Amino acid sequence: MADPDAPTAVIEPVAIPLPGPPAGTRPIIELDSVRKVYSSGTLSVEALRGVSLRIDEGEFVAIMGPSGSGKSTLMHIIGCLDVITGGVYRLSGQDVSVMDEVELAAVRNRRIGFVVQQFNLLPSLPAWRNVELPLSYAGVPRAERKLRAIEALARVGLTDRVDHRPGELSGGQQQRVAVARALVTDPAVVLADEPTGNLDSASTGDILALFAELHAAGRTIVLITHEPDVAAVAQRVVRMHDGRVQ
Amino acid sequence: MSWLETLRTGAEAIASHRLRSALTMLGILIGIAAVILTVGLGEGASSSVNSAISALGSNLLTVTPGSSTSSGVRGGLGSSTALTVADADALANKRDCPDVGAVAPISQRSTVLINGSTNWTTTAVGSTPGWMAVRGRQLAEGSFFTSADVRQANPVVVLAPTTASELYGFADPVGRSVVIGGQSFTVVGVLSPVGSSGSSGTTQDDQAIVPISTYQQRLTGIFGRNSVSSIQLTATSKDTLSAAYQEADDLLLNETGATTPAAANFTITTQDQILSTATSVDHTLTILLGGIAAISLLVGGIGVMNIMLVSVTERVREIGLRKALGATPAVIRRQFLVEAAVLGLAGGVVGLLLGLAGATGLPHLISNPIVISAPAAVAAVAVSLGIGLGFGVYPATRAARLAPIDALRNE
Repeated sequence: MADPDAPTAVIEPVAIPLPGPPAGTRPIIELDSVRKVYSSGTLSVEALRGVSLRIDEGEFVAIMGPSGSGKSTLMHIIGCLDVITGGVYRLSGQDVSVMDEVELAAVRNRRIGFVVQQFNLLPSLPAWRNVELPLSYAGVPRAERKLRAIEALARVGLTDRVDHRPGELSGGQQQRVAVARALVTDPAVVLADEPTGNLDSASTGDILALFAELHAAGRTIVLITHEPDVAAVAQRVVRMHDGRVQ
Repeated sequence: MSWLETLRTGAEAIASHRLRSALTMLGILIGIAAVILTVGLGEGASSSVNSAISALGSNLLTVTPGSSTSSGVRGGLGSSTALTVADADALANKRDCPDVGAVAPISQRSTVLINGSTNWTTTAVGSTPGWMAVRGRQLAEGSFFTSADVRQANPVVVLAPTTASELYGFADPVGRSVVIGGQSFTVVGVLSPVGSSGSSGTTQDDQAIVPISTYQQRLTGIFGRNSVSSIQLTATSKDTLSAAYQEADDLLLNETGATTPAAANFTITTQDQILSTATSVDHTLTILLGGIAAISLLVGGIGVMNIMLVSVTERVREIGLRKALGATPAVIRRQFLVEAAVLGLAGGVVGLLLGLAGATGLPHLISNPIVISAPAAVAAVAVSLGIGLGFGVYPATRAARLAPIDALRNE
């Protein structure tokens, strides 16, 4: 068909630079004077005006700020969903700004786990098929994918919901499926954008407890929110205002 | 992501939008079924014309008069009265035309045959005993009229089987009388059926043959009494066809007083020429109808593209999500291409089945046979797959180009 020789989504693991500082102080995310300008026609908006930020391995960081402060843009940049206009962004020591689309897809697949406000699950697929999706793009064999998906669902406490479709699950359960999907590739960092924005207070507590648990297990978590209660769970809070870190 | 998984993803996407997918397929389905049926009808028609014409024998030559010009108005071919019974007699002369076998002058018109209270409209053919050999016919009963009947212009008639049964039912018509054109004729024989299918077989089994002289004196008016509408003759064998053609041409040029072939007021055609004319007419029709069907197929393809574009717009979030989870543009493009191809292929296969069903069912309603060849069927399915792929490229490329941030954008 179109291009059988096109690069497939099978990704070689990216070597984490070794030796480095001892665990806990090794940087996962390094932003140095990052700028992001959106321009359409003559109008250009500077969403990030020189953001420098370092997040170390095992940290649980909350990024807070009012809407329009640039926190979502920062999230897109960190998640390699968007490219920077100026400055340097290194993920696990690798300069992301020089990568092409295929390499970026590989980085998103292997090194980043996304959790978003609307869960973003495919409604036609059962929970485990949603969770195995990133693995299928990584070229993991089918049998192994299912095992790992069920394992990830067990980690978020959904062992008995493996075959349920998103529509048959509560909001909190759907978000836990999304967390399982973020974890299944064993990424360097879990990026959560307003993960509790669509949840009631009980489910919010549930999800935040899950993040705290993951953090305790050594996972690096970046959580974006505008609610101080939610940010309070994090180890460190980074405040954004007008495209700058305060 | 392997091809198999891409295929499964595509099939799942189609299955999750059943109604929309079915409507999309409908366009391709109707197009393929229409193409299959028109091409099948065309092939069926040319094969039946083929068999009907070759049933007459391939060493048959037909002489038709040219056009006549009266008061400066040029009539159509065959309006001339240049050919006469005398020409036919001359052609039958073995000395001048050694390679010519049987010769039969032929004149014919539509007429009504009456037996008591039964009326039957058929073609009355005036000819000579040579007609039997020229047309390669057999008698079921009785005998054909003789040369003496022709000389004396006797009111005798030989009936084709359908005509006989329409007029006399199961009774034996030989020796009975029949009224043709207000005159009483005696039935002397009944022909065996030709047995070939199609419209030409029907005509050949429904006619009444009378001596040419009787035809001219009793069945036609004053005009063209001595002229015949055509002369049919056979070559002694297939190998002598061109020699017979040449001899007949030379003789008739001489008889009609034409000095150059360009001035000839007659035309000699072989069965091959008639065959190729008939086939080319069928061909033109098949191409015309097939072209219309192909346009409907094209419209079906545009339908696929339209739906795929809608699908891409509708699934922006899904595409963005897949990209955020690590799908490369190539993988996304492949997924949508496979989806379009599966839609096209499924439409093609169902269309083919519908066409085959039509080919089996329709001939019971209409008399035309429908012939569907294996290459046509395979080509139809391949074309539908190609249409799915071809019209899927643009939507798939658009999907592949979508930005992944669209999935995570909060709206």
